[in-house]
Amino acid sequence: MAQASPPTGTGPLARREARLAWQLLLPTITAVALVVILPLLAIFWISVKPVGLSDLRAPEVIAREDIRGDTEAVGDAANIRYRLRNSSQDRPISGVSLTDTIPEGLAVQELDPRCALDGRALSCTFGEWEAGFRDTLLIPVTIEQAYLDNDLRPQDSPVETTGSASSVLTDATFTFENFTRIFSGEEFFEVLWVTLFYTVFGTVGALLVGLFAALLLNKSFKGQGILRGLYLFPYVAPVIAVAFAWLILFDPFSGSANALLIQMGITDQSINFFGERPLALIMVTIFEVWRYFPLSFLFILARMQSIDSDMYEAADMDGASPFQQFWYLSVPQLLGILSVLFLLRFIWTFNKFDDIFLLTGGNAGTRTLTVNVYEQAFAISNIGAGAAVAVVIFCCLLLFSILFLKYISQEEGL
Amino acid sequence: MKMLRHNAVTSAILGALWMVVLSTTIAIVMSFATGDPFRPHILLSLIWGGSAGVILGRDLGGRIGAVLVAVAIAAACLLGLGPLLVGVEASAFSASVAAILLALSFVWSSVLILNDLPTGGLTRHEFEGAVIRFLTGFGYIFFTAIVLIPFYVMVMTSLKNQAELMQNPLDFSIDLSQGWALFRSYDELFTQFNFGTYLFNSFTISVLTVFITLAFAIPGAYAVARLRFRGRAAFSRSILLIYMVPMIVLALPIYIGFSMTGLRNSLWGIVMIYPVTTIPVALYMLQGYFRGLPAEIEEAGLMDGLSRLAVIWKITLPLSLPALASVSLYIFMIAWNEFLLAFMLLDDPSRFTLTRGIASLNSSEIPRQHLMAGSVVATVPIMALFLGLERFMTKGLTAGSVKG
Repeated sequence: MAQASPPTGTGPLARREARLAWQLLLPTITAVALVVILPLLAIFWISVKPVGLSDLRAPEVIAREDIRGDTEAVGDAANIRYRLRNSSQDRPISGVSLTDTIPEGLAVQELDPRCALDGRALSCTFGEWEAGFRDTLLIPVTIEQAYLDNDLRPQDSPVETTGSASSVLTDATFTFENFTRIFSGEEFFEVLWVTLFYTVFGTVGALLVGLFAALLLNKSFKGQGILRGLYLFPYVAPVIAVAFAWLILFDPFSGSANALLIQMGITDQSINFFGERPLALIMVTIFEVWRYFPLSFLFILARMQSIDSDMYEAADMDGASPFQQFWYLSVPQLLGILSVLFLLRFIWTFNKFDDIFLLTGGNAGTRTLTVNVYEQAFAISNIGAGAAVAVVIFCCLLLFSILFLKYISQEEGL
Repeated sequence: MKMLRHNAVTSAILGALWMVVLSTTIAIVMSFATGDPFRPHILLSLIWGGSAGVILGRDLGGRIGAVLVAVAIAAACLLGLGPLLVGVEASAFSASVAAILLALSFVWSSVLILNDLPTGGLTRHEFEGAVIRFLTGFGYIFFTAIVLIPFYVMVMTSLKNQAELMQNPLDFSIDLSQGWALFRSYDELFTQFNFGTYLFNSFTISVLTVFITLAFAIPGAYAVARLRFRGRAAFSRSILLIYMVPMIVLALPIYIGFSMTGLRNSLWGIVMIYPVTTIPVALYMLQGYFRGLPAEIEEAGLMDGLSRLAVIWKITLPLSLPALASVSLYIFMIAWNEFLLAFMLLDDPSRFTLTRGIASLNSSEIPRQHLMAGSVVATVPIMALFLGLERFMTKGLTAGSVKG
């Protein structure tokens, strides 16, 4: 009798299951690869290229066509005029050519040596154009009756031009200037410091305020659902709406907050909350705490409600005071969720862009790394430098993620 | 520490602090409601609160004692010697409302806070209980204030005009005699600033985003949750990682790519991008839910001869309707609130989304009540949706970890 042995390797059923799984995942993988992975690779590529905003439009041949001279009667002489130029001031175009159709009834008298006429089809080749090159091409014609009848001008038929130019995005020029530019000087370290301040205090503040709110609502009473819904408002509302509401509330000239402070006698002169160092940074951090405490509140509350209440009754029997119960029973139970929230919020706060951008635009000492990406790329029009900052952000993120997966993911079974 | 734990001391301290909290609150509430000058007097608040605390804490005179305390506080406020100072410009009516409100709320809440304190020395338990009741009261006032004030200012500013606001930034009272003219900034938003189109654009984009995301995420989540294949663990971790990639890092290459392909300024471009940013979240939330469903039902379906896809369609999806609802809501919210990509990719005013449209109102030429009216228009639908389906939403949020 043959020895019975268990099957090894993957069987046909398992293979079918795996194949189905990959089929189900394929659309997601494709979409994510196109919109996330590809741009991520692109940002590394752009960060070593000297790209400005103006380089995004590829150089092209611009042609304007019109007819000059008398075109009133048969036999009149006129010129078809093409005004041509290279749209780029710093990049040449090679292989420039032009094709056009000359309308019926215009008899071409003389042809530019660069052009050829086949029936009514005109084609010209110009070769290579320097950066900023301009040219005018004149084709003398005489008017015939058909032209007057047709009422078709030369400019009515579109001019087709060709020409290829190398783009700085695809050619082989590489530079580390973007990185040296962002790392040199005091500014980078200030940006880094601001980012860390904002991230650390924003995260810790949101956690503590969220914990306080969760303690408040961790008992059932009438209206608890309404209050919970209310406390989530800041998180649910569009950032643009709440950011502008804050700006108007704290406006230095006609904001209610200043009016209130003056009336209460706390200050006798209005305070420019979002326009002064270091107050602006503190304010955007408070805004961050305000906007995101609901999230920590929600998670901490969910965890609190899953803690067994027997333990508290037992502690009560043993004479533990409420603060002792909180410190020795609740806090250890909440430590897991608190650390997960801390790390996740830390990463997301580090990556936050819209809030600061809308509140201060990165002015008054509130420029974080993310705002710096925008600032470099669009305000200074240096896309390469913006990409270099983005690379720095991405590397920090990678570091945090490794920490996250290493220490936290076991904790919550993520 | 021990000294603090005596009825008189505890009551006096808590009463004094509580009076500061309440007089400040009432001053702010009355200022915002009437525009008249009200301000708390910290020293007088401490004195009044402390002595009232001692009386209420020891329950001196019982119910009559409490009424007397309330009357004394209200009278002191009206005479200008109380915890709340009322400016001369304030009408007699609003001054008395403020005084009575403060007196009643203080007496009522202090009795609750100092409720079961015995006379003489307190145990640690009793002392901390009172402190916790004080902190709870403070917490309710604090959170309600910080959440409501910005939204209140937003709504009220949208109903006033620039001159009224500049004259007294604290006056949010509404002149109801204007009738429909109150809503003139909303009317102008829709007639002159094209907000109807923006609203429609935002709505269409958000709904499309929800459907596209679900179409991608449901099969993916099912595969990750149920099917065994090599690389499953790695896959579910990379979902999490992708969900942490900051948008600003991706926005630059997307901007470049869209500029070159002419997709910038088109709503299709936006509809192509938004779902991809939400797929990882949705996939992560759904796979958690699918995992919690009993596998036996699905296996029974397989035994009865259904294919896997038929099992997903006929068994798994109907069972996970609540999860689908919360995920859809959450994605709708993300797409509706999205600002960065809309801001970078759309320049043509006829193609703005709501958030982009509001950003365009932020200029010195456009009065600020329009800006606030725009904000209200963007906020109200999402709030209504959220309050109506709050149960789903909170569940979805906690299931989906923290995106923001």
